[in-house]
Amino acid sequence: MSEVYQLRCRECGKLWGNAPKSFCEECFSPLEVAYDYDALKKIARKENVTSRTFNMWRYSELLPVPESFAAPNSVGGTPLVSARHLAKKLGVQNLYVKNDAVCFPSLSFKDRVVATALAAARRFGFQTVGCSSTGNLANAVAAQSAQQGFDACVFIPADLEPAKILNTAVYGARIIRINGNYDHVNRLCAQIADRFQWGLVNVNLRPYYAEGSKTHGYEIAEQLGWELPDNVVVPMAGGSLITKIAKAFRELVLLGWVREKPVKFFGAQATGCSPISDGVKRNLARFEPQKPQTIARSLAIGNPADGSYAMKEIRGSGGWAEDISDPEIVEAIQLLAETEGIFGETAAGVTVGVTKKLIEAGRVGANETTVVCVTGNGLKTTDAIATEYPLTEAIAPRLEAFEALLDSQLAATSAKA
Amino acid sequence: MAITIEIPTAFRKFTDGTPKYSCSATTVAEALNVLTSQFPSLGKHVRDDQGQIRQFLNVYLNEEDIRFLGGESCEVKDGDRVLLVPSIAGGAN
Repeated sequence: MSEVYQLRCRECGKLWGNAPKSFCEECFSPLEVAYDYDALKKIARKENVTSRTFNMWRYSELLPVPESFAAPNSVGGTPLVSARHLAKKLGVQNLYVKNDAVCFPSLSFKDRVVATALAAARRFGFQTVGCSSTGNLANAVAAQSAQQGFDACVFIPADLEPAKILNTAVYGARIIRINGNYDHVNRLCAQIADRFQWGLVNVNLRPYYAEGSKTHGYEIAEQLGWELPDNVVVPMAGGSLITKIAKAFRELVLLGWVREKPVKFFGAQATGCSPISDGVKRNLARFEPQKPQTIARSLAIGNPADGSYAMKEIRGSGGWAEDISDPEIVEAIQLLAETEGIFGETAAGVTVGVTKKLIEAGRVGANETTVVCVTGNGLKTTDAIATEYPLTEAIAPRLEAFEALLDSQLAATSAKA
Repeated sequence: MAITIEIPTAFRKFTDGTPKYSCSATTVAEALNVLTSQFPSLGKHVRDDQGQIRQFLNVYLNEEDIRFLGGESCEVKDGDRVLLVPSIAGGAN
C-alpha cells in the first residue's frame, strides 16, 4: 500500500484502501484501520514523539492522518493524576486518574476521536460533518467544526441534559433532536449516511474516528514513564474506547517503546444500561441489548456497536466488567471531587464507583498500578447531582451574623456526634 | 400479511438494485426467508453458517429492534416495515 494504513474488514480481512465507509461491502462486518507495522517501525521514532508539544498529535505517525498533515489544534495532552487521597480511601497504593475532563476544546475524550475523524473528513472532501451523540460527541464535533470551517449537523436524543445541548448550540451547529433514545438516533444516522454525502464521524468515518481514542492510551503509557499499568478501568458506552486503549498498548509494545506485560482491562457501566458488563458477567456469547434507564446518559447505549469486541478484549486480558446503581454513581462523583479535586461527569462516577467495587471484590490488587479513565467533565451533568446540594441559608454581611451561623453549625455538629 | 423490507444501499448489489421489497409473511423470520429466496446471493449476508441473523446486522420491525420483540419469530401485521441496518462498529486490531 502507498500509505502505511488502510481499512480492513474485522472479520474477513479484506482490504478496502482509505474511504469513508465503516463496514465491509463483502461480508457487512465492521472495518478497522490496519497499519503496516514494519513500515511504521521505520518512520515512527519515540524521540520525535517526545520532542513535540504534549498533545495527541505528537503521536501522528500512529494515527490515520496524511503524511503532510498539520495539526489544526491542541487536543489531548491531559494530566495523569497520581490519586493518592482516593487511593488511600479505597485501600490501594498506586492509583492514577487519566483526566480527560479537561481535554481541549470541549472537556471530554471525544475531542480526540473528533480530531482524527475531521482529519479524515478533510481528506475525503466533506463540507458537512455530523454525528449521533449522547452529548459529549456533539459538543466536540460542534467545537472543532467551528474552528476548522466545517458545517456541523448533530443528531441527539431529545431528552439530553440542557447543558450538553447548549454546549453544542453555542458553536453554531445545527441540532436535530430525535424523539427516541441514542440507539434510535444511531439507527437514523446509519440511514442518513446511506442517503446523504455527509461525513458522519461515528458512522461512515467511524474507523478513523475510533483511532483517535488510542491517544488516551499512548498518553497513559508515556506518563507512566513508558510503562504499561497493571489494570485500566474504562467507562463503556459503545465499547470502542476500551478496545482502542488495548490497541494502543499493543502498538507501543510492537514498536518497542514499552516493555511487554499483561494488562487487565476492566469495563465500567451503569446498571441501568449495562449490556456489555452483563454479557461479561453472565459469560454470554453475544450481549443482549437493553433499554437504557440511568443518569449516566453519556453511557446510555443499549445496543453498543463495539460491545462484542469490548467483551472479547476484557475476557482476553483476564479483566472483568462491573456496573453500579445511580445512587452509587452520585456518591462516586462526590468521592472523586472530595479526594482529588476532580469534578467528573456521571460517566466518571461510573468508572470510579466500579473501581471501588473491583477493589472490594479483590479483582484489582492493592499493590498493582491501576489507571482510572475519567472521560468527561462534571460541569456538563450538574443536573445529576444538583439535589445533593440545596442552597444554604444566606446571612447578613455582618461579623456577628457569621459568628452566630458558626455557633449554630457547631451546635448541629455536636448534636449529631 | 403484506409488509415491506427496506434494503440498505450496500445490500442492493444482491437485490438487483431493489431498495424496497414487498412480500407476504406472518413473522420477520418468514419475511427474511422470502427475501433471501428471491435474492439467493443475499442469503449468506443475512444469516451465518448456523442460520442465525449475522451479529453485525441489526433488524428492526418498524421502530423497534427485533431483539426487544422476542427475536425474528415476532409476528408482523399488514403494512409493517422491516429495516435491515448494518451495525456500525469500529473494531480493534
